[in-house]
Amino acid sequence: MTAPDEIAIKKLTLKLKAYVLEKFKEANIDYCLTCGMCASGCPATGLEGLDPRKFLRLLALGQDDELLSTNWIYACTICGRCKHACPMGIDVGRIVYLLRGLRPLEDRPKSLQKSCELQKTSCSTGISNEDFVWVVNDVLEETCQNEPDWAELKAPIDKKGAEYYLNQNAKEPTVEPEEMVPLWKILHTVGIDWTYSSKWWDGANYCMFTGDAKDWEYTLRKQVETIEELCCRYYINTE
Amino acid sequence: MYYVVSEGLRRFNIPHTFEFLSIINLYARWIREGRLVVDSSWNKEGLRFTVQDPCKLVRQGIGDSVADDLRFVVKKVVGEENFVDVWPNKSNNYCCGGGGGALQSGFVKNRRHYGRTKFDQFAATGADVVITPCHNCHSQVLDICKEFGGKWQTTHLWNWIEKALVR
Repeated sequence: MTAPDEIAIKKLTLKLKAYVLEKFKEANIDYCLTCGMCASGCPATGLEGLDPRKFLRLLALGQDDELLSTNWIYACTICGRCKHACPMGIDVGRIVYLLRGLRPLEDRPKSLQKSCELQKTSCSTGISNEDFVWVVNDVLEETCQNEPDWAELKAPIDKKGAEYYLNQNAKEPTVEPEEMVPLWKILHTVGIDWTYSSKWWDGANYCMFTGDAKDWEYTLRKQVETIEELCCRYYINTE
Repeated sequence: MYYVVSEGLRRFNIPHTFEFLSIINLYARWIREGRLVVDSSWNKEGLRFTVQDPCKLVRQGIGDSVADDLRFVVKKVVGEENFVDVWPNKSNNYCCGGGGGALQSGFVKNRRHYGRTKFDQFAATGADVVITPCHNCHSQVLDICKEFGGKWQTTHLWNWIEKALVR
């Protein structure tokens, strides 16, 4: 009888597990029952040879090198369906998020990181705040001129004391500005007092997905400051 | 993305005085209050509609109540008989596959493989129109529809509210 292959003990550093538990105290990694509910309901199962269950096993068993190099962390969309299915409520997506944050900047998906870097200056697509204001005013003027029924339509920007603050996904002013108009018409019909802001107006925020909490926090704090300065009672999210 | 704000405010403990709301809940409230009047009689040909439940708004955001409001609004706007739901749905729905930065990350093959689940789910409804009240979902659903030869039209919600609007 031959001895079983030696387990690579040296690989079992469990450093990542300790890191995850330090950053996310309720990670409950050891609660995993290995039942596979997560994997069977995950559209990313099988991609890059992994699934949520295997991912969690690698973490629990200290396979840090494999976890630090796998691109499964970008196949997972951090959608939370595995947590929803998990009898122990383990939030695999949040662990994926933490591992994304450990990826060195130069090894991260470039467009994703760029969307966040742009967000820190103006918005996720990179159009300037001046362009945003110009596009809103231009589309509004055109609509008021071309559609007599909507001659009174408004799209206020930086209106202090407006009851409602409205964010705007950067995609519309960047590539399909006419898509802003239906919502303006709805708000006009309902008759609410609303405003955009001329800075930190973007409703998207890819800094939530790079894995750097500081970028997410920075961009959100800037937006919150802007809304507080405008003294709006409600913040409407458009998606 | 709803969750980026709702979870960010909580996780980073950011002081604020405003109340954070979803436009979907507001549409539903305004329709119920009679402030937003819509009429589905424009849909004479019986265009059939289904919806995507954005993960960041529904499962990770407000939960089933906003998914219910989304369906309430769509039914009012297109006619109740013209709405066909997906399965699974609401908080148990599948992600479109474009979320979490997947549309930006560049792993296109993986993203489309993921999106195949969503494609099959929509195809099974036989809907003519898929309403996606999230920009990420919108881009991904457009892409998988084209990639896998879907027949539906992918749109935002506000276009149909505008169409049904009574002033």
